[in-house]
Amino acid sequence: MKWEFSNDAPIYTQLVGQIKMGIVSGSFPTGERLPSVRDLATEAGVNPNTMQRALTELERDGLVYSQRTAGRFVTEDQAMINQVKKDLARGHIQAFMQAMTLLGYTREEIIALLEQQGQEQKKGEDEHGSTAL
Amino acid sequence: MEALRCDGLCKQYGKIEALSDVSLQIEPGRIVGLLGPNGSGKTTLIKLANGLLTPTSGAISICGVAPGKDSHRLVSYLPERTAIPTWMSAGQLLDFYGDFYEDFRRSAAEEMLSHLGIPLTQRIKQMSKGTREKAQLIMVMSRAAKLYLLDEPIGGVDPATRDYILSTIIGNYNPEAAVVISTHLIADVEKVLDDVVFLDRGRVVLRSSVDEIREEKGMSVDALFREVFKC
Repeated sequence: MKWEFSNDAPIYTQLVGQIKMGIVSGSFPTGERLPSVRDLATEAGVNPNTMQRALTELERDGLVYSQRTAGRFVTEDQAMINQVKKDLARGHIQAFMQAMTLLGYTREEIIALLEQQGQEQKKGEDEHGSTAL
Repeated sequence: MEALRCDGLCKQYGKIEALSDVSLQIEPGRIVGLLGPNGSGKTTLIKLANGLLTPTSGAISICGVAPGKDSHRLVSYLPERTAIPTWMSAGQLLDFYGDFYEDFRRSAAEEMLSHLGIPLTQRIKQMSKGTREKAQLIMVMSRAAKLYLLDEPIGGVDPATRDYILSTIIGNYNPEAAVVISTHLIADVEKVLDDVVFLDRGRVVLRSSVDEIREEKGMSVDALFREVFKC
């Protein structure tokens, strides 16, 4: 998994976001054990206490849980993971809508643009698929 | 008990005041950045903690012990300049550390040297600057100390070596120990620090956690440093 950090937000909140991403995308599979705090911290290049804080927060949300001696696991609750996925998607959409509104587009125009872009992309993929054959 | 404690610490070199009235407590388990421009007193503070200098007034202690014979066993120190005898080979350096420090984890050091492909027969003077810094840091971090004092551990090495050095620090320090890293390369160390101490002309001007700064000011420690120390 690739870890990236911006300069304007606390590191632990960015870690929470990136681990959520990892769980939703399957880098940290449902029900599987997470690497140790130290290994995760070394991999992300962050302070172990900061990583611990991020994991505690995820634990409070129920997305990961501790088993006293065996370590930390990703939840088996698929509904909860789907909900996190939806929340993350909503965040992306909000940011996108904000940026597009700043550019001067209306809601209807944005939706039309999205559909147009979607069709072009689909066509491109179809053509690419046929040339590959 | 605090890993490092200073109370009203002052150090004068003749008429020049290098540190004035520094009071500071560093708890075990924390990685603390000692940050400040050149000449702000970072190295003076670290040398005082090592007993290499004596305070003009005030007090300093490591785990409750005054700097001296008894504190050396608690402190693992990386000086600003390479201080290891350069005629030694990497293997002899391992023997040297093993002889001097009973908390030296030789197998951990051997593993890290071999991971880097440094042969035990290679002499320190045959090593590049970066390799020499890595070898010395490996020795320092292979001790199970209570306080690590690292004076500019990433100065003068390339970014990949910096990453290696920082991950060695994270991967090896004992969670009951404290680590103090002095540097002015803040952007590079920011992510590995719990807390920062800003020193300016011998005084502590800020003491905060990294995430507090980011949360409250909406900027990185590096950006805040540039603002505070704007020339």
